[in-house]
Amino acid sequence: MGAIYRREMGAFFTSGIAYVFLAGYALFSGLFFSFGVIGSGVSDISPMFSSMFIIVVFLIPILTMRLLSEEKKNRTDQGLLTAPISLSSIVLGKYFAALTLFIIAESIVFIYAIIIALCGEVVWSTLLGNYFAMLFLGAAFIAIGLFISSLTENQIASALIGMFVLFVLYLMDSLAANIPVEFIQKAVVSAAFYSRYLELTRGVFDLSTIVYFISIAVLFNFFSVRVLDKRRWG
Amino acid sequence: MIEVRNLSKRYGDKKAVNDISFSVGKGEILGFLGPNGAGKSTTMNMLTGYISSTSGQILINGVDILEDPIGAKSNIGYLPEIPPLYVDMTVDSYLNFMYDLKKCKLTRKAHLKEICDLCKISHVRERLIRNLSKGYKQRVGLAQALINNPPVLILDEPTVGLDPSQIIEIRTLIKKLGKNHTVILSSHILPEIQAVCDRIIIVNKGVIAADGTATEIANKLTNEHKMTVRIEGTKRTAEDKDEIISALKAIDGVKYVRADMEREKGVYDYDIESEDEIDVRRAINSLSREKGWNILMLQLSDMTLEDIFMKITTGDIEAVKPEAEKKASLDDFQISMQGSMDFGDESSSDKSADEAEGGEKPAEKSDKKNEKKSKKGGDK
Repeated sequence: MGAIYRREMGAFFTSGIAYVFLAGYALFSGLFFSFGVIGSGVSDISPMFSSMFIIVVFLIPILTMRLLSEEKKNRTDQGLLTAPISLSSIVLGKYFAALTLFIIAESIVFIYAIIIALCGEVVWSTLLGNYFAMLFLGAAFIAIGLFISSLTENQIASALIGMFVLFVLYLMDSLAANIPVEFIQKAVVSAAFYSRYLELTRGVFDLSTIVYFISIAVLFNFFSVRVLDKRRWG
Repeated sequence: MIEVRNLSKRYGDKKAVNDISFSVGKGEILGFLGPNGAGKSTTMNMLTGYISSTSGQILINGVDILEDPIGAKSNIGYLPEIPPLYVDMTVDSYLNFMYDLKKCKLTRKAHLKEICDLCKISHVRERLIRNLSKGYKQRVGLAQALINNPPVLILDEPTVGLDPSQIIEIRTLIKKLGKNHTVILSSHILPEIQAVCDRIIIVNKGVIAADGTATEIANKLTNEHKMTVRIEGTKRTAEDKDEIISALKAIDGVKYVRADMEREKGVYDYDIESEDEIDVRRAINSLSREKGWNILMLQLSDMTLEDIFMKITTGDIEAVKPEAEKKASLDDFQISMQGSMDFGDESSSDKSADEAEGGEKPAEKSDKKNEKKSKKGGDK
C-alpha cells in the first residue's frame, strides 16, 4: 500500500492534477471566504464550507478520474495485479493518496483562520467542526469517484460520470420533495448528502452522519476492490 | 517449478485456452509459440495471476496461484506484452516503486544497480520513461521483472520492437538468466524461440499442438527428405529438363522429382523427394559428373520449425494432434530430452550446417505466400 500511495502522490503532481485541484479549491474557497465571511463581516466560517459542497462535487472527480482508469488503459494494472500485493492495498493506496491531497487542499482554511484572527476572534469549535465535516464528505466522495474510475478506461468519462453522480447526490434533497410515496421519500432524505452536510456545518454534531459518510467510503472502496477482482474472472 | 494442470479459460462461449497441461522444471527455458489469438497471452496472464482460470490448477514453486495468490506471485517476475511502465516516472523512480511494490528485501541500491547493469539501462536511469525508445522501454520492463530475483520469469514477447542488435542482446540475456531462473518465453518469431529455448510448446486454438525440443517436434512430424537442386544441363535450354528429370528419377531411393522455375537462364531448379533414411545427395552429385551437368545449388528443405509451425497452425492440426498428445506426456518428454538438450548448438552434425544454408528458403516461401495473400486482399 505504501508504494502505491507514494507513487500516486508523485503522479498527482507530475500529471498536474494536484495543481488544478489545489488551485480550484483555493480559488473558490477564497471567493466564498472573502464574500461570505469577510465581506459580511462575520467571523463564522460555515457559510464558506456550505458553499464549497457544490465545488467539491466538481473538483473531486478530477482528483479521482485517472486513479484506476489510467492503469487499465496503459496496461500498468498488469504490473500491479501480478505483484505480490492484495487488491485492497492497491485500492486503498490510491484512495488515501487522493484523500491526502484533499486534506492538503482543505487545510487552506487555517490560513483563513489566521486572517479572521487578525480582525476578530476565531470560533475554533465551528471551524474544526466544519473542517471535519468537509473531510468526511470528501472521504465519501473520493471513494465514489475512485469506484467510477475503476469502471472505465477513459479518464474524461470517469470525470464526467463522477460529476454527474455527485451532482445527483447533491440534488437528492430537492428530488426527494417530489416523491409521492412517503417511506421512499423518507429514505431518500435520510440518505441525502447535502442536508446532512449542512447540519454538520451549522455546528450540529450528528454521529449518524459521520458514520454514514464513513460507511459510504468503506462501501465504495469495497466495490472498487470487487471490480478489480471481477475483471480477473471476466 | 511450474505445474499447469488441465487449465482452461472461457470467454463466454469461446474457449481461449482449452484444457492444457504442462510442467516446467527448474532452470528450463520454455518457448511458448503460437499464432495471434492462440491463447499464449491468456495462458501467461493466468500463470501470473492477472486473470483467473475457468478451471484447472496452476502451481508456481508448489504454491497454488488461486489459493495463495500473493505467495505464488512473489515467485514470479512478469514482463507483459506491453510493459507496465508509468511514463511519467523516471526509470530510477519506477524501479524503486517496483522494488517497494514487490516488498523486496535485497539491498536496494546494490540490487537495482545489478539489474540496471544487466539490462544495460544504467545510463538512462535519470530519464523519464516517456522519452525512452521502444527498445529501452522493453529493457526497463525486463528490469522490473527481475526485481527481487524471482525464481520464475515469464516474458511475453520480450523482443518485440527491438532492433536486431538489441534482439541479440536480449536473447543472450535471457539465455544467461535461464541458468538461474525458470523462464517461459512467448513469441511468434520462430528463430527467436529456436535460438533461446530448450523446449518448445506450440499452442494453437487454445490447445497444445506440440511439445518438445525443436528437433523432436521436427522428427516426429516429418520423415520426408526433400531438397531443391539447381542443375545446369549440357544444352542450357528447357530441353534439358526432361533428360534431367528422368535421370534423377532413375536414382535409387528417389521418390519424386519435379522441375521448378527457371532461376537462371536455361537453368532450372528441381524439387527432389527421397525415400526415408536414404541420402541421395551423393548419388545426384556423381550422376551430374557422369552426365557433365553442373550443380549450382543444393538445398535441403527438411521441415524447419517454421514449416512445422505453418503446418500445425494453418488447419492441418487434426493430422498432427494425436502425435502431439503423445508428446505432451511429460515422461515421454523427459526421456527424449536427455538425447537433445541443446538443439541450438548442434554444430557437430552436418545437418545444422545444411539447415543454416537452407534456412532462408522457408522464410522466403512464407514471405511470398504472405505477399500473394496481401495482393489478393488488395485486389478485392
